[in-house]
Amino acid sequence: MDMPDTVTAAEASHSGFLDGDYDDAAGYYTPGAPLVDSKAPDGPISERWQNRKFEARLVNPANRRKLSIIIVGTGLAGASAAATLGEAGYRVKSFCYQDSPRRAHSIAAQGGINAAKNYKEDGDSVHRLFYDTVKGGDYRSRESNVYRLAEVSTNIIDQCVAQGVPFAREYGGLLDNRSFGGVQVSRTFYARGQTGQQLLIGAYQALERQVAAGTVSMYTRHEMLELITIDGKARGIIARDMVTGEIETHLADVVVLASGGYGNVFYLSTNAMGCNVTAAWRAHRKGAYMANPCFTQIHPTCIPVSGEHQSKLTLMSESLRNDGRIWVPKNQADCEKDPRDIPEEDRDYFLERIYPSFGNLVPRDIASRAAKNMCDEGRGVGPEVEGVRRGVYLDFAAAIERLGRDGVEEKYDNLLDMYERITGENPYEVPMRIYPAVHYVMGGLWVDYDLQSTIPGLFVTGEANFSDHGANRLGASALMQGLADGYFVLPHTIRDYLADGPFEEIAEDHPAVVEARESVKGRIDHFLSVNGTRSVDSYHRELGNIMWEYCGMERTETGLKKAIDLIRGLKDDFYRNVKVLGSAETLNQSLEKAGRVADFFELGELMCIDALNRRESCGGHFRGESQTEDGEAMRHDEEYAYVAAWEWAGEDSIPVLHKEDLVYTAIEMKQRSYK
Amino acid sequence: MKLTLKIWRQAGPTDKGAIHTYQLDDVSPDMSFLEMLDVLNEQLNAEGEEPIAFDSDCREGICGMCGLMINGDAHGPEVTTTCQLHMRSFSDGETITIEPWRSEAFPVLKDLVVDRSAFDRIIQQGGYISVNTGSAPEAHSVPVPRDDAMRAFNVATCIGCGACVAACPNGSASLFMGAKITHLGELPQGQPERDSRVVNMVAQHDAEGFGGCTNIGACTAACPKEIPLDVISQLNKDLRTAIKHGH
Repeated sequence: MDMPDTVTAAEASHSGFLDGDYDDAAGYYTPGAPLVDSKAPDGPISERWQNRKFEARLVNPANRRKLSIIIVGTGLAGASAAATLGEAGYRVKSFCYQDSPRRAHSIAAQGGINAAKNYKEDGDSVHRLFYDTVKGGDYRSRESNVYRLAEVSTNIIDQCVAQGVPFAREYGGLLDNRSFGGVQVSRTFYARGQTGQQLLIGAYQALERQVAAGTVSMYTRHEMLELITIDGKARGIIARDMVTGEIETHLADVVVLASGGYGNVFYLSTNAMGCNVTAAWRAHRKGAYMANPCFTQIHPTCIPVSGEHQSKLTLMSESLRNDGRIWVPKNQADCEKDPRDIPEEDRDYFLERIYPSFGNLVPRDIASRAAKNMCDEGRGVGPEVEGVRRGVYLDFAAAIERLGRDGVEEKYDNLLDMYERITGENPYEVPMRIYPAVHYVMGGLWVDYDLQSTIPGLFVTGEANFSDHGANRLGASALMQGLADGYFVLPHTIRDYLADGPFEEIAEDHPAVVEARESVKGRIDHFLSVNGTRSVDSYHRELGNIMWEYCGMERTETGLKKAIDLIRGLKDDFYRNVKVLGSAETLNQSLEKAGRVADFFELGELMCIDALNRRESCGGHFRGESQTEDGEAMRHDEEYAYVAAWEWAGEDSIPVLHKEDLVYTAIEMKQRSYK
Repeated sequence: MKLTLKIWRQAGPTDKGAIHTYQLDDVSPDMSFLEMLDVLNEQLNAEGEEPIAFDSDCREGICGMCGLMINGDAHGPEVTTTCQLHMRSFSDGETITIEPWRSEAFPVLKDLVVDRSAFDRIIQQGGYISVNTGSAPEAHSVPVPRDDAMRAFNVATCIGCGACVAACPNGSASLFMGAKITHLGELPQGQPERDSRVVNMVAQHDAEGFGGCTNIGACTAACPKEIPLDVISQLNKDLRTAIKHGH
């Protein structure tokens, strides 16, 4: 996101705000001690990772096979780590809830993966990718981590090509790149609209190779339901075999969570149906801090909701915004008309109007909020769902005129086909309708530079951690982070922890293990015994509505407080009135969902408290109280340039807030401006 | 729309299953097929009958987790995955029969859920390029002709859903296997293991109980990613070459 005109934070600050002393979340949390990342070495930013890799202790190859590692999740961050650690010779157990590790939701990423290869010789560099990522994240990410991400990005491409990932190529046989997500260099590698699939299959194949080699044991259709901690350290997990219902104990020397994001707290999102927060949340309840949970990314180009039966939302790559023009009718009266009958002068190309220099290519958060504002004004299009038309047009008519239908087909055919299959409308003839949807969460478990959480021996990679994207993630950076963590970062940092081994043997009847197992069984028994009147899905849908309404694209103090009350009430009702049929001893999908939704309630409440505390607008987090006179986001660096890391304080207590100050030495903080 | 649904129900892997008949009113043509089943499950749950188990995850046609025999067709009447099939492909008053994937090598776990782990075991026998993390050369050191890269990509789109097996009268997984053999065989990086890959994968395929290919083509017709039948010719050609090389 290289902006031509920026102003410093100080210039942009609202004097009225800064004079005030707000504590919106007073009464909802307890202040805790500051938090410091103790692992990032000092010194020039470009040398930190080299230094850390050198300082991190080694484990003798002969000792590695005595050390065991559990990895939960087989997306890019999990499969890559399991394969790499298996290759190194550790004993790895890999878990996924799907029937095969190849199904993990990384597979759905369309657009591409960034890397600072500078193959186009267009001025890209590690430093520029670092700079763009910190800036795009609205200065709420940790500088050292982001620099390292940019640094290892180039190794990822080499690794994937060697694995046989079929990236797009030019006629000369070399790799093609495109520009993506508003950046001014072409650094995105891609495999048509299926980059995530191809990268995941590469990691999956590397993982299966280790399964065959005997270094990795694979547990499919297994769901982690509890973390085992002994003497404050992570030592294993309790998992349910989702076919037999057996509650299994898996012990290890170290546990890695690569369990993805929690966007499904909103019920409707672009996440897969099974994506959930349970692994991360169970760890949170055992002492892992949850960082910036309110930082959610809402993606502007999704297919709108068609009715109340909707089970998930489908994203279309934002590359569509390169050639499509976004508009709504100028007059409410035209909203029901066939868009082809609305003359040019009655159309409002609102992004081009409000942001003349970036137009339809403004960042995701800005495009999303602008679309919401149009619909709130009553100028949305498409079917009315619960009384409001929630959609705006994405029109390819001009592109078809310019490039010809063939030209548009070549670039976007699979996306336009997908749209037609879902909506039944032909986008070559009628403008597409789009609306924002929850897509990714920047928040996640707090980790230090080594990707270790506040529980020693518990590491967190990929979307499940908070570290690299700040308050907003740039396009094509999720794949980069998942693979960076799994292939190139974790394998180096985890050895420093494992070098303390061999670790004490743990018996399955250790009191902490028994306690973890019994608590899982207790929860399952409870869900099956309530025998109330409402299905799990109906609660999930209602929770999602609350989150979307009050903790979605725009958050306010009043709304968030209301949401917290509503969530608490709904959660109470859920425990008293949910209806889960079937038994614990067989495949039982309602039971699986009940456990996940129970954890979403607690997460949802914490997200609202986090959003309430952060009375500033940054990245994907827009607080109604913190905007400029013309409605643009206002960050407040003096008050909020910190990571909010929340500690679980018990079932009936309010969470404790620990702040990690964000210090930038290699980059200057600026207010974003896209006008 | 009103529908009559005839659905296979089976309590567990060793239980005997049977077709049950359900009525569903108020189905919207904009619903996906799986959303229609969600609505049925809500109805069953309210009536005190355990919901029907079926697999799905991404619900956008890419993860390969969903898959049902719908009126005898793998993934139903359109060329797409079950999750991307919409009720507008059916008509009011229709009777729809829904069964799990049919194949010895994909045993039923419950209702419409089957075990496809045989696919993972086939991949374990060579469906990869052996390159440890960190040992890769610079990506541009090996150019790949664009046409080869395109063909590799076109077959690498396989999602491992198993529709090819379910559609095949022999229960063969040759299309699935041929797609991987062709994907890796088209790339220079895939050459060193080309012979051993095909030999070992085919051996595992046969050991899993999948049938042989007799060139019927039902697999490619059912494939939601339109993997072409010629990947099976490629598979056979590579196998012949490997045997000639003494494997």
